Amino acid sequence: MAITPQHIAETTLRKSATKFDVERIRKDFPALDQTVHGKPLVYLDNAATSQKPLAVMEAEEHFYRRDCSNIHRGVHELSERATKSYEDARVKAQQFLNARDSKEIIFVRGATEAINLVANSFGRKNVQAGDEILITAMEHHSNIVPWQMLCEEKGAKLRVAPINDRGELLFDEYEKLLGPKTRLAAVAHVSNVLGTINPVREMIEAAHRKGVPVLLDGAQAAPHLQVDVQALDCEFYTFSAHKLYGPTGVGVLYGKADLLDAMPPYQGGGDMISSVTFEKTIYNSLPYKFEAGTSNIAGVIGMGAAIDYLNRIGMEKISAYEDELLAYATGAVSRVPGLKIIGTAEKKAGVISFVMEGIHPHDVGTVLDQEGIAVRTGHHCAQPLMERFRIPATTRASLAFYNTKREIDALAAGIQKVKELLG
Amino acid sequence: MPDLRGLYQEVILDHCKKPRNYRMLEGSVHHAEGYNPLCGDRVTIYVKIEDGRISDVSFQGSGCAISTSSASLLTDAVKGKTLAEADALFQKFHALVTGEGNHPQAEDPALGKLAVFSGVAEFPVRVKCATLAWHTLRSALKGEEKAVTTE
Repeated sequence: MAITPQHIAETTLRKSATKFDVERIRKDFPALDQTVHGKPLVYLDNAATSQKPLAVMEAEEHFYRRDCSNIHRGVHELSERATKSYEDARVKAQQFLNARDSKEIIFVRGATEAINLVANSFGRKNVQAGDEILITAMEHHSNIVPWQMLCEEKGAKLRVAPINDRGELLFDEYEKLLGPKTRLAAVAHVSNVLGTINPVREMIEAAHRKGVPVLLDGAQAAPHLQVDVQALDCEFYTFSAHKLYGPTGVGVLYGKADLLDAMPPYQGGGDMISSVTFEKTIYNSLPYKFEAGTSNIAGVIGMGAAIDYLNRIGMEKISAYEDELLAYATGAVSRVPGLKIIGTAEKKAGVISFVMEGIHPHDVGTVLDQEGIAVRTGHHCAQPLMERFRIPATTRASLAFYNTKREIDALAAGIQKVKELLG
Repeated sequence: MPDLRGLYQEVILDHCKKPRNYRMLEGSVHHAEGYNPLCGDRVTIYVKIEDGRISDVSFQGSGCAISTSSASLLTDAVKGKTLAEADALFQKFHALVTGEGNHPQAEDPALGKLAVFSGVAEFPVRVKCATLAWHTLRSALKGEEKAVTTE
């Protein structure tokens, strides 16, 4: 039997089961092994998108080399293989989120499309003039704009739960804003700018006490935390594969089956129907009702491979290692005089946003790039949050389990260089 | 390899820390706002025109070192110029920072101090920072109401 890189990766992981061997893990991610401007790449822009392990690339390549065909319709061998891989990925996503049933997993383009799907389908059906949608002050634009569009169309009102200076939700204020007119609470599980892990369990309980369903934007949470949608009891959960070490252009909407069943389709087309005449169309059952047209089949299969990869390492181990790395990075960065971390919540996932006295983030980003360090600068698609902190932008370093303390040291040295050059 | 010292020359850092003509102009003036949504840079340019010449020009706003110093150096550069001269200077400046024509512009005496921006051409993502104030000036001169955006 031929030894594939995947076998090697599996053996590697088995051997390192007792210890988090980051150097071995890094070998699974070819993009990490390169120099940028003559320096070793230090990739700290994981909240924007993560690098992909070989297993993901191989799964996509295997589909295109051997199984490429359309799913669900063909009677031929290739179509059967492709359909099986695609539906296997649905079960993987179901187990990853601990959903009750695989039909509660809808494949979409990403978290943004998932939220738009809920806004257009659930929202348009259930939200009327005078109703309210509740979000928080730390939402990404993708969990603001779809609701604004819905509110504008329906004459409904968007309410925003405030946060404190540490970047933590003001829970009492959130609870007060849950009222008889609230039709949905749509909140980030983890903030993409602040790293704050919201107390979503308590937030969902509070919403349910008022009969309000909850959508969790898990784009920044799913890559870092173990997610259990049954334990959380949220109505909807979303994530994007590309932040989960999977391909771009694919993601998941989880929804409770009874809610999804009652919702009208989001888009019409092939695959989402069970029969069509010019007089009437009967919609397909879940999950296909929401998957019109040919999906990103290779992407879904690649996402399945990413979930397998994460499971082989273990989300608990990933979380624990990232927590350690975040603590180390927070210490290293906060020692720099004149640097202020934006987002100091007690419970955080691997994001450090910061501002430096008298130095604009855009200049910080340019200098760090010359050191081979990839960070994000700007408003991170969260302009209202920037206004809340009265800053135009931040520099954001975001971590993944393949980052090392050595890379954090390089970041700290890079920040020193920024000060020398521009301070 | 691009050179950071070439980008952040002393003159640029000086104008970033001590921007010139950083104020609002009162009275009958043209003004326009510019915004770079990519990095959050905002600039407002005020221009007073007398007898077809820019008799006074100033700016306010916040942004990165490149956009702030560019706005500051712009105010020094276009004061006293006719509208046609200011526009010609913008064309030369634009060619300089985008690196069109292999930098002969850097030697152009008409650019004066603006030549310090020659390093921007090595950093294509920063071209918008360098040109934001200039686009905004042009908008102010045209009397456009809508804010200029680089995106």
